Amino acid sequence: MTNYNIDAMLENMAEQIQRKQQAQSIKDPLMIGIHTGGVWVANRLHEMLGLTSSLGTLNISFYRDDFTRIGMHPQVLPSSMKENVEDRHIILVDDVLFTGRTIRAALNEIFDYGRPRNICLAVLVERDGRELPIQADIVGEHMKLAKDQHIKLTGPTPLNLILSGGNARDELPAEYSTNS
Amino acid sequence: MSYRQNIQLTPDKKLKHFLTIEGLSRAILTDILDTAETFVSVGEQAVKKVPILRGKTIVNLFFENSTRTRTTFELAAKRLSADVLNINISVSATSKGESLLDTLRNLEAMQSDMFVVRHSESGAAHFIAQNAPDHISVINAGDGCHAHPTQAMLDMFTIRRHFPSFNQLKVAIVGDILHSRVARSQIHALTTLGVEEVRVIGPKTLIPTDVEPMGVHVYHDLRQGLDDVDVVIMLRLQNERMQGALLPSPQEYFQSYGLTENTLAYARPTAIVMHPGPINRGVEISSKVADGPRSVILEQVTNGIAVRMAVMSMVLGSYAAARGEK
Repeated sequence: MTNYNIDAMLENMAEQIQRKQQAQSIKDPLMIGIHTGGVWVANRLHEMLGLTSSLGTLNISFYRDDFTRIGMHPQVLPSSMKENVEDRHIILVDDVLFTGRTIRAALNEIFDYGRPRNICLAVLVERDGRELPIQADIVGEHMKLAKDQHIKLTGPTPLNLILSGGNARDELPAEYSTNS
Repeated sequence: MSYRQNIQLTPDKKLKHFLTIEGLSRAILTDILDTAETFVSVGEQAVKKVPILRGKTIVNLFFENSTRTRTTFELAAKRLSADVLNINISVSATSKGESLLDTLRNLEAMQSDMFVVRHSESGAAHFIAQNAPDHISVINAGDGCHAHPTQAMLDMFTIRRHFPSFNQLKVAIVGDILHSRVARSQIHALTTLGVEEVRVIGPKTLIPTDVEPMGVHVYHDLRQGLDDVDVVIMLRLQNERMQGALLPSPQEYFQSYGLTENTLAYARPTAIVMHPGPINRGVEISSKVADGPRSVILEQVTNGIAVRMAVMSMVLGSYAAARGEK
């Protein structure tokens, strides 16, 4: 089971976003993608929803909580926020929601650009393993994965989800699956 | 030479100190430029600050006067959320050696993480790096006539923001090459990054004899030297470093080597004009050129913040990474 229908997941997300916005009568939201995978997903959603305000991108390297452990991260593209975030409805987009630490860092960075009215979190994949009280509002697909399994988005075209780790999980009962 | 460049790198070849460009690979220089690029957006935020060096203590140790370099280092450190201590120490020639080490021991006892050192003696930053404990990184903010690596990197950064690549560029450095640590670091950076040609232009008395083996072409005529170049880097005439009569007068110097609209016309029409500052108007550069459309002098100042943020976070990160792996 490694073939994911990403287009269907994206459509699902776009639909949920539209519904939510209609319910809350939100006009002109500002979409922000987190580098790198989140920007790919955000690009697609931005197009599908026909948003007019330009897409923001965040490089959260400087807001990570593991600098004292691993130092600077490998290079990703810089943040780019052409739109003012002050008092805006923000849709924050990432590829996979796992521990929640990336989202924590992204929220901090957004607030350094200004004070948004509200932020809704949209992710392509939500899996368990949260280490912080953070949850997604819009989810492409929920996945039940073992702790040692990793899911990664590759792209930008085509977008693919790659599952790795957790060998022999299919053959073993769940309680053995975390032994690697 | 009493100092070697390897002291700058950790065993896994990450930047631990930043003392000189000499001996660093193109990959490391490119890494600094790429990292600086990601820090540019911080200056565009409403809150111009990122938390990455929160809780770190950075000491600006200035044994020689400087305004621009010290303030941009200070601003860079503050934008990284580090705590900054500015210490200006005027050196009396007799009390250097021992008092320097004593000063360092005291600052170490205050649990500092980084020294940013400016000193009138060549090799001072190396000396401090050699004598500092393992958890302290040292950045050279200019030592004597030897090196000023962050200035050179901010110049490279500025060039890269104006031209698609380094390998077809002709760059001319004009003026007092002999006393210029900036020029030396620029030459190392430009050749490492693979520009097509580096030229130095100046009177015979201000060109060091050992400059040609560094891979540069020497010109004594400004017009010839500027012919067809993409980047013109003017250097300040360093009166305070001149010993003996190396020059007739500033007026005569301007006649021969001053950059004016007329002499700039020899360079390519797309050429940019740079200067590390402070500028002496009417000595090495005319006001019309310094304030003109081809001048990127103030961009250099802005870029200096992002480049210094990059170097600071890289050197402190390399220690964190080495410790974290254990």
